[in-house]
Amino acid sequence: MRETKYWTWHMAAGVVILFLLGLHMLIMHVGDITHLFAPYAGGAVSKANSLYRDGLLFFTITYILLLGVALYHGLYGLRTILFELTLKPAAEKAVSFVLFIVGLGLFGLGAWAAVTAHAVAALGVRG
Amino acid sequence: MPETTNGPRQVNFHVLRYNPETDRASYVKTYQVPVRPGMTVLDGLHYIKENLDPTLAWRYSCRMGVCGSCGMLLNGRPTLACNTQILHIATTDLTVAPLPNFDILRDLIPDLRPMFDKHRSLKPYIVRADEAELNDPAGEFYQSPEELEAYLQFTYCIKCGCCMAACPTLATDARYLGPMPLTSAQRYNEDTRDDGRRARGQVAGSSHGAFRCHYAGECSRVCPKGVDPAKAIQHLKRRLVLDYLRLAKRKQPCEKLHGPGQGKPLPNIPPAPPKTV
Repeated sequence: MRETKYWTWHMAAGVVILFLLGLHMLIMHVGDITHLFAPYAGGAVSKANSLYRDGLLFFTITYILLLGVALYHGLYGLRTILFELTLKPAAEKAVSFVLFIVGLGLFGLGAWAAVTAHAVAALGVRG
Repeated sequence: MPETTNGPRQVNFHVLRYNPETDRASYVKTYQVPVRPGMTVLDGLHYIKENLDPTLAWRYSCRMGVCGSCGMLLNGRPTLACNTQILHIATTDLTVAPLPNFDILRDLIPDLRPMFDKHRSLKPYIVRADEAELNDPAGEFYQSPEELEAYLQFTYCIKCGCCMAACPTLATDARYLGPMPLTSAQRYNEDTRDDGRRARGQVAGSSHGAFRCHYAGECSRVCPKGVDPAKAIQHLKRRLVLDYLRLAKRKQPCEKLHGPGQGKPLPNIPPAPPKTV
């Protein structure tokens, strides 16, 4: 049943990614018209607007959530592809362990970057 | 076999041959077979064995699409040799090969043991707590026509292995349980007399179980009995997820209706003959 658990969360992560990517598209590509989360001039991708969003706790949490679900969804998919190569059980365990460590490392790095950006933006450092 | 005015047509049978005692690799041997309308591939193979090459080996039994023994790859499609008329799939050339995704024992004979090992691991039988009733039935279980309909089509599986041969996942992952065993698991999961769903879920929900299905649907396309294994696997996945999330309705196996002789037989039905054993 362990695989059932992994697969269920894989599907749930996919739904969350779909929602968050929709939000991303809305902000980055429709933001120039609506100015949603982009109050400064220069478009949604300008440094001022990026720092504005980084300063909002909602976005910091969203970035970390998106990072987590995207890493889980992607690495589980990669694990599935590797498992379909008819690996030996020991190799499967090693693959799972390595992907877990890689995922944890990338998540830690990304979360640190998001929190740091939030702290910098909250201090009011804007270009 | 009906005669035609034009006489038999010559069809070249390109048969993949392999003898593990003499051959290092498989090779193709071509035989010219006179074919009349209505002649099946199995008839053609018999013609070869009786007239051209007595060493050709294949597996068959019932000759009527019931036993599932003569599954083979005909013009690239896994199907039953006894159930396929030559002129329906070939005019001049016909390739005959053993089912892929299996080891080959000899010529057109695949080794089906791994498939049956996987099948057995999923407990393809009614599992109940009251084992005494199972071993020595003393009554009848009620099952409505709707409840029967939920799994009836999956009971038509004859374990020929055609779905396993067509499965693209099984082609790369030899440990994947495959369409036939998973369909069988779903068949018993849906049976209201059964109480073994959780035990089967342990195997079906493993890392090479139902979740490895890509839903290519090839298993359903090639099944010679019209079973839909792809559908069964999707239902199985849903059931596993609902069980994990504890959203599935708690299903109790159906109760025994009454003991033998206590039911109400329909009128004008003669009594059963006396027991001989």
